[in-house]
Amino acid sequence: MNKVMSNKWVIAIYIFPALLLVGVLIFIPLILSAYYGLMEWDGIGDMKFVGLENYITAIQDLKFWDSALHSFLLAVFSTLSLAGYLAVSMILASKIKGADLLRKIYLIPMLLSSVAIAQLWIKVFNPANGMLNRILMAIGFENPPAWLANPDIVLYAIFIPILWQYAGFYILIYYAALKNIPETIIEAARIDGASPLQIAYRIKLPLIKGVVKVTIVLAIVGSLKYFDLIYVMTGGGPNGASEVMASYMYKLAFSTNEFGYGSAVGFLLLIITLIVTVIVRKITADKDEIQY
Amino acid sequence: MKRKAVTLLLSVVAIVLVLAGCSDSESSNANSDDGNSKTIDFMHLWPEGSSAEHNRIVNEIIEEYESENEGVNVELEVLSNEQYKDKIKVLSTSDELPDVGMTWAAGYMEPYVEGDKYASLDDVVESEELNGQFVSGTTEAFSVDGTSYGLPLELNIATVFYNKAIFEEHGLEAPETNEEFHNVVQTLEENGVTPIALGNKDRWTGSLWYMYYADRIGGSDLLTNAINRETSFEDPALVQAAEEVQTLVDMNTFNDGHNGLSDQEAKSMFMNGQTAMYLIATWDLPNYTTNEDVPQEFRYSVGYFDFPTVDGNGDKNSYVGGPGVGLFVADNSDVKEEAKDFTKFFVQKWGDKSVSEAGVIPATKVDAESLDLPQMYVDVLDDLNNANNLTLFADVQMSSDTAEVHLNQIQALFGGEVTPEEFAKAHEKALSEEE
Repeated sequence: MNKVMSNKWVIAIYIFPALLLVGVLIFIPLILSAYYGLMEWDGIGDMKFVGLENYITAIQDLKFWDSALHSFLLAVFSTLSLAGYLAVSMILASKIKGADLLRKIYLIPMLLSSVAIAQLWIKVFNPANGMLNRILMAIGFENPPAWLANPDIVLYAIFIPILWQYAGFYILIYYAALKNIPETIIEAARIDGASPLQIAYRIKLPLIKGVVKVTIVLAIVGSLKYFDLIYVMTGGGPNGASEVMASYMYKLAFSTNEFGYGSAVGFLLLIITLIVTVIVRKITADKDEIQY
Repeated sequence: MKRKAVTLLLSVVAIVLVLAGCSDSESSNANSDDGNSKTIDFMHLWPEGSSAEHNRIVNEIIEEYESENEGVNVELEVLSNEQYKDKIKVLSTSDELPDVGMTWAAGYMEPYVEGDKYASLDDVVESEELNGQFVSGTTEAFSVDGTSYGLPLELNIATVFYNKAIFEEHGLEAPETNEEFHNVVQTLEENGVTPIALGNKDRWTGSLWYMYYADRIGGSDLLTNAINRETSFEDPALVQAAEEVQTLVDMNTFNDGHNGLSDQEAKSMFMNGQTAMYLIATWDLPNYTTNEDVPQEFRYSVGYFDFPTVDGNGDKNSYVGGPGVGLFVADNSDVKEEAKDFTKFFVQKWGDKSVSEAGVIPATKVDAESLDLPQMYVDVLDDLNNANNLTLFADVQMSSDTAEVHLNQIQALFGGEVTPEEFAKAHEKALSEEE
């Protein structure tokens, strides 16, 4: 095998298919969208070069920053929710009865398609016949809110299914990481008289730090470019109250025929996500990696 | 060494396969010209699942056409509405529109016309077979600068459908004036019945209410003129129309949380008898007449009334509505003449079949007498014959970015986030920026 790998041509051939796919499906569209961002184009007729005008408009576009704010709020909430998932995984990993079954149940939302989840939660949130408001009324609330119609609430209402959707995914990752910790270390700590809380906080957490960092990046990046449930459940409405960056971009490019401007917003979305990722990695960077 | 050769060979094969996958569009176009058989690519948006009747009629028409025209093949591609919209857009950017496809009117088709994607259909509209066949106002909606680029297939007007059983129970009658209408709403509200179902997540649904008030208060041309920039959108009548909408909202006329509900959900509230009224266009007629899936008892109890007059103003024979989809022929089609001929054939056959078999009111004139139609159809066709004006749906009239402002403002208006003055101002700003 070493002999095969020493030939540069073979390496090139092995890499080429993947490189081709990544190039055609990711990098070329990326460059194209940056390029379209320089055009005034309705996506149908002729293009007109306008330089950086679209980017400048986007930076001054209050609606864009509103949607960016909503995306960042989602990022904050999904990052905070990681703590909850971590706690759940700790419990699951500590050999309680039925852990295996519970883990599978938590994973189910992850297996459903986003549109199915959206339809499900649209029914849950229905102001008159929805499960949520029926329960609230049954326990004595007189005027439960119209979750998806009230501009002050709608964003947070949609966060619930979004977080719910990905809970199983993060729990699974943490669970696997926790299971990887050698039993002997925990055994030793226990003999030294550490309480379960101390074991969790001082031993398990530091040992899976690497995984936690990865999930933080995943959660933040995933939130910044989040689209599915918002698009299906409210379409960004009412009046933009639940618009996020990706849904705003989609709306510009595909419903209002501002393909050039939409591309510019899409490219800004990429840059923002990139910057945030770099910052997050800087903050969570560690000098000394802990080893088992 | 031998193994290396095999690896190399396999990789090459893999690459070739990947590349081959990228270039299928060439081959499908190539065979449309071989010999004397011609292929017309036709894309429509009525899948069998959701529009069974439409789908069947289209297939019948195609079959008839193919048997009458030896050597012409019609190749079909069927997508559902939203996917259709996305795909057409993508195809048009790469100049690969189907020979014949479906388009929406006015604001939607303008960029396609300006980009020279659609062929002029003046010769088809003025042809012997079709001249004078279209209901007036419908072909105009598919024209840009006096040239037709689409053949309208459907025609819909919006009317208020109401549940007669609920009205009777509370001793109410179909209102003629806005005052009577307010009374109806108030009575129902006091008796714990939600008066009107509205799914304003879709936004054009709320726009209908605003458009009708604008029509009744300001006259049938005012809104159109404001959109065409002949008058200002800050006209007092247009502001008053917005006030009327908010008055209704304040009277708890609409179901709770209407801004978060889709039209489909609102419709099901009306059809379950949870609300007494529902403003929708006549594409919904089958649900209240012939659709066997809807309980007969409900179908019998549905009636409709024209939008009431306001303070003695307004013409009840003026309607908000418009043609739905129409057919276009791609300008770069290599079988343009055949495609035009096909659209002509299609429109004629569609006019004969659509109303009696699918319950769709076509944009061509229908002889209601000769067909065995449910009474509600006869009434609607009658209304259409007596219509003095047809105002095209506002979001269709406007260019797509102004339409976006309009639709968002509609949601804000119904949600009480803006005052009627701010509502008018936002429209004026968006419209004047476009000039």
